[in-house]
Amino acid sequence: MTTATLSPADLTSARSPFLQFLGDVWVLTRRSLARIRREPETLSDVTIQPVLFVLMFAYVFGGSIGIPGGGSYHSYLIGGMLGMTLAQTAPGTAVAVVSDMETGLIDRFRSLPMSRAAVLTARTFADLLTQVIGAVVIACVGLAIGWRIHNGFGPAVEAFALALLFGYAFTWAGVCLGMTLRSAETAQQVGFIIFLPLTFISCAFVPIQGMPGWLQPIAEWNPMSSLATACRELFGNPNPAALVQAWPEQHPELAVICWSVGMLLVFAPLATHLYRTKVH
Amino acid sequence: MGDTAAIEAEGLVKHYGKTKALDGLDLTVSQGTVYGLLGPNGAGKTTAVRVLATLLRPDGGHARLLGHDVITEAATVRRTIGLTGQYAALDEYLTGRANLIMIGELSRLTRQAAKRRADELLEQFDLTDAASRAVKTYSGGMRRRLDLAASLIGHPAVLFLDEPTTGLDPNARVLMWDIVRQLVADGTTLLLTTQYLDEADHLASRIAVIDGGKAIAEGTPAELKASVGGQRLLITLAEGSSAPAAAAALRPFATAPVSPNEGDQLLDVPVTAADGLATEVVRALDAAGVKVNDIAVRGASLDDVFLTLTGHAAEESREQEKEEVTA
Repeated sequence: MTTATLSPADLTSARSPFLQFLGDVWVLTRRSLARIRREPETLSDVTIQPVLFVLMFAYVFGGSIGIPGGGSYHSYLIGGMLGMTLAQTAPGTAVAVVSDMETGLIDRFRSLPMSRAAVLTARTFADLLTQVIGAVVIACVGLAIGWRIHNGFGPAVEAFALALLFGYAFTWAGVCLGMTLRSAETAQQVGFIIFLPLTFISCAFVPIQGMPGWLQPIAEWNPMSSLATACRELFGNPNPAALVQAWPEQHPELAVICWSVGMLLVFAPLATHLYRTKVH
Repeated sequence: MGDTAAIEAEGLVKHYGKTKALDGLDLTVSQGTVYGLLGPNGAGKTTAVRVLATLLRPDGGHARLLGHDVITEAATVRRTIGLTGQYAALDEYLTGRANLIMIGELSRLTRQAAKRRADELLEQFDLTDAASRAVKTYSGGMRRRLDLAASLIGHPAVLFLDEPTTGLDPNARVLMWDIVRQLVADGTTLLLTTQYLDEADHLASRIAVIDGGKAIAEGTPAELKASVGGQRLLITLAEGSSAPAAAAALRPFATAPVSPNEGDQLLDVPVTAADGLATEVVRALDAAGVKVNDIAVRGASLDDVFLTLTGHAAEESREQEKEEVTA
C-alpha cells in the first residue's frame, strides 16, 4: 500500500550516538514548547501565580513582618519568591511525566530506536526554560514593587544562575515523583504536600528568628532557606539569616550548590533507572 | 533473510509478584504473515507483546526478531519494529501531523523525510483534513488510525498490534481491518493480539490460543476449528417433544455425549461432517417420534475452539488484565 520507500539519505542512523541524543532532546523539547504555544495558560504557575504571590505577600503580610537587622520587606521577599517559584514547577514536571506514562507515549518512545536518556532530559530542559520565564517575571514584578540589585551585575547573574541550578535539581525530583505515581491527580497532591512545608518552613517569606526554637534548625537546613539567603546576599538585599550562626546561613552559595548537585546526583540516575525498568 | 522467522520465542517467562503472566510461551511467526494471539484478558497477550517489543525484560526464555535477540540486541530490534498499543500513544496537544513528524524524527528519519512520510500516511489513513488539529479533538477511531500511522512511519518490518479494535464502534473496526489487510499486502509481518474471535478469524493466517501465559493450541483458523470436532448440529424441538428422547436418537451421530434436560428445546450436538447428514438425522428423529421445528448444521467457530480448549468463554476475566497492565 505504500509506494514511497525510505532511502539511506532519509535516515539519521549514521550520526554519532551523542548527536542522536542531542537531536532527540531537541525534537522532544520542541514538543513541550509547542504545547506551551498552543496552551499558554500552562505557564500560569510561572507567570500569574508568582505575580499574585509577590503582590499578596508584599502588601498583605509585608507590613506585619519585621526584618531583624532592618530593611524593606519588599526587597527581602524577592529572594524567597525566586526559590519558591522555581522549585514549585517540579509538581508540574511530575504531572507531565505521569501523563506521558498514562497515555502510553513513554511506551512508544521506549519501542523506538531513539536515545533512552533523551525523553527525561528533554522534559527537564523544557521545564528549565519555563523556570527562566518565572525568574524574569519575578524580577520584573520585584522591580515594580521597589526591589533593586545593589551589588552589581556579576553577583546578580550568579544569583539567577544559582536559582536556576536549584530549580533544575528540583525538576529531576519532579521526574522521579512522576515516574513513581500513578495518576496526574496524585502527582499534584503529593507535590503540594511536599512543597508547602518545604517553602514555608524556611526563610523564604519570614525570618528564621521569629520561629519557635525547635523549628529553627529545620528552617536553617532547608535548601529553600539557603537559596533565599544566597540570593539576598548576592543582590545586596536585607538578609537577616546572616545573623544566624548555622553553616548553611553562613555559606549560602556553597549550600545551594551542595544541595542542588546532591539532588541531581540522586534524582537524575534514579529517574533514568525508573525510566528503564518501570512498567506502568 | 527470507528464511529467518520474523518472530521466534522460546519458553518466555514473566512474573508479576506471584502472578505468572507468561509461563513458557513458544511462538514462531513467518515473515509476511499475520499471526493472531488469541486469548481472554489476563492470558498474557499484552505481556508477550511488551517482551517482544523490547519494553519488558523476560524472567526466562529468549526471543528473536528477524534473528536479533530482544534483550542483547534491543537497539537493533527497535529499528525494525512498530508498536501500536491498546491506548493511542500520542501527544494530545500536538496536531496529528506534528505527532507523526515527531515520531518519525525519533525513528531516525531526517526532518524532511519525516514530514514527507507524515503527509503520505495522513493521506493513506484519511486524516489529511484533520492533520492540523490537536489530537485531543479526534474521535476514538481517528486516534487509533493516527496511532497506527505513527507506528508505520519508519517502515517497520514487524508490526505489533495490541488489541487494535478494542473499544471501537463496528464501523471503525471494519475500517481498521481493511487497513490491516492492506498492510499485509505490503509485506509487513503482523503480530496481532485480540480477544475477539471473529477478528482473529478474519485477519490472521495462523493463530495461537493463549491461556495462563502459554500457547495451548496453534494452527490456521481452519485447523483449530477442525480440532474441536468438525461440525455442530443445532436442533430446535417442537413443543412437547422430549429432549432426552431426541438425544438418544442422535447418539449414533454425536462425537461427544449429549445429555439435555427434560423440557430443553434447543440441542447443540457436535458431529462429524458427512454427506446426507441432515437427512439421516431427520429420519432418526422421526423414527423416535420427535418433532423438530428447525435443524441447522454449522462449522465449529473459534468460539467453540476457545470454549473447548480453555473451559471458559473468550471474554471473561476482564479485571485480571487490568491488574496485569498496571502491575
